[in-house]
Amino acid sequence: MNTEVAIANIRFKNPVMTASGTFGSGMEYSEFVDLNRLGAVVTKGVSLEPWPGNPTPRVAETYGGMLNAIGLQNPGMDTFIERDLEFLKAYDTRVIVNVCGKTIEEYVGAVERLGETSADMLEINVSCPNVKEGAIAFGQNPEALGEITREIKKKAKQPIIMKLSPNVTDIALMAKVCEDNGADAVSLINTITGMKIDVAKRKFVLANRTGGLSGPAIKPVAVRMVYQAANAVSIPVIGMGGIAMAEDALEFIMAGATAVAVGAANFTDPYTTVKVIDGIEEYMKNNNIEDVKELTGCVR
Amino acid sequence: MWIKTKAAKYAEAGQFISVYPKSAARLLPRPISICEIKAPDELRIVYRVAGKGTEEFSHYRAGDEIEILGPNGNGFFAAAGEEKEKNKKALLFGGGIGIPPMLELAKQLECEVSIIAGYRSAEDTFLMEELEEAGKLYVATDDGSLGVHGTVIDAAREYGIGADIVFACGPLPMLRAVKVYSEERSIPAYVSMEERMACGVGACLGCVCTSVHKDDHSKVNNKRICADGPVFPASEVEL
Repeated sequence: MNTEVAIANIRFKNPVMTASGTFGSGMEYSEFVDLNRLGAVVTKGVSLEPWPGNPTPRVAETYGGMLNAIGLQNPGMDTFIERDLEFLKAYDTRVIVNVCGKTIEEYVGAVERLGETSADMLEINVSCPNVKEGAIAFGQNPEALGEITREIKKKAKQPIIMKLSPNVTDIALMAKVCEDNGADAVSLINTITGMKIDVAKRKFVLANRTGGLSGPAIKPVAVRMVYQAANAVSIPVIGMGGIAMAEDALEFIMAGATAVAVGAANFTDPYTTVKVIDGIEEYMKNNNIEDVKELTGCVR
Repeated sequence: MWIKTKAAKYAEAGQFISVYPKSAARLLPRPISICEIKAPDELRIVYRVAGKGTEEFSHYRAGDEIEILGPNGNGFFAAAGEEKEKNKKALLFGGGIGIPPMLELAKQLECEVSIIAGYRSAEDTFLMEELEEAGKLYVATDDGSLGVHGTVIDAAREYGIGADIVFACGPLPMLRAVKVYSEERSIPAYVSMEERMACGVGACLGCVCTSVHKDDHSKVNNKRICADGPVFPASEVEL
């Protein structure tokens, strides 16, 4: 049985990754999860300088989902490279570093710094809905998305994944723009902008007022968008949004995703990633599937 | 609620456990402080029904199986370090649902222990018998129906309770007042903080508090309540 997949000529032992921001750099979860089992660890977004993030409350539960407005708090590139990337060297898994910035120069600067490191691939966060500058401002405008993709590709040493926002009208167009400007892959979906109001206090629950919705509640939207993106481009698509079990992951793969990522479900059950990997293997065994790639995009 | 779990063997006063609701509609574990530890395999939590998750917990029956993760975070003694060894008189402040962790702490402290518990009213009291056994108990109520009419700080002033170490858990305004009270008297104080959490293990950065100094882990003025706390020296956090 073969669960291996490849993205931009980089091989992954299986198609299951962690979704950026839900797994730190793997350090906190390594007590529960054998990181060697994972296809890849996708790290929490890192910028050149440390970012303090948003005021609290930063998280809120919703029916079948959760809202977050962390605001990309991160310790900055120096600490990330010395501590987090160094930690991950001990594991036999791929490392995908999620990159954020406020300007194109900051993104490119971060990509250049990471060019000298052991990171296998970079995922460019142009879709965080919780920061005022950068991020989603690039991800909602096709011209801006094309430009930042192009500028990053000029300097990048590793393959580039553009992480797309679902808060757009035409996801296929955004995926195509990334492909046309040299992206090696796209990943989607980031969170859907949402809001929750505390009716007893008559106040917003999150200090940021709005937050990104994730969890099982968003899965049908994510599967639809992955299907549309996968049918619009020939570069690999990494699917995510509400994956909590193997069946969810298989939906994304059948919709056209080469690989998948587990996000909010890590909070519900720290062992989710490994359960998803085991579940995919079991499905393959029960259905006489020799190679997981037979399932990729099999529903048309 | 008493929980039979191996986690009891490793638990310390002031740590918390993540309790996972059974309903698939509720994604996030509820962080609940440990109220009592009976090694090797029993933990007690006392919680308030504040939403749908804790409402679900309140319907559990003896013998039901639940999923928990823990013990999580750093307890009172981990935060106090060497200060714990020096003290002879400890003063514990507990406000409302911040009272439960004070019970295990009071039981473990080997010195003279005074506890001030703040309730809304005489009707809302809980754990009073256990607290009385664990230390000298003083009570304050918001409406004056029991003990001192006012806050736990009002009670501390009224009774003139001396101490050389202070521990506190309760709502933010209470922790602020405890910090001022102990600073005025130059008593080291340790406060247990609360915030909405997601992962409970330090990965998501949902539950941060503002730190006085740049934090070594985050490289900004933020500490993770779940992983770096929930107990902090009052001098290290902005309240």
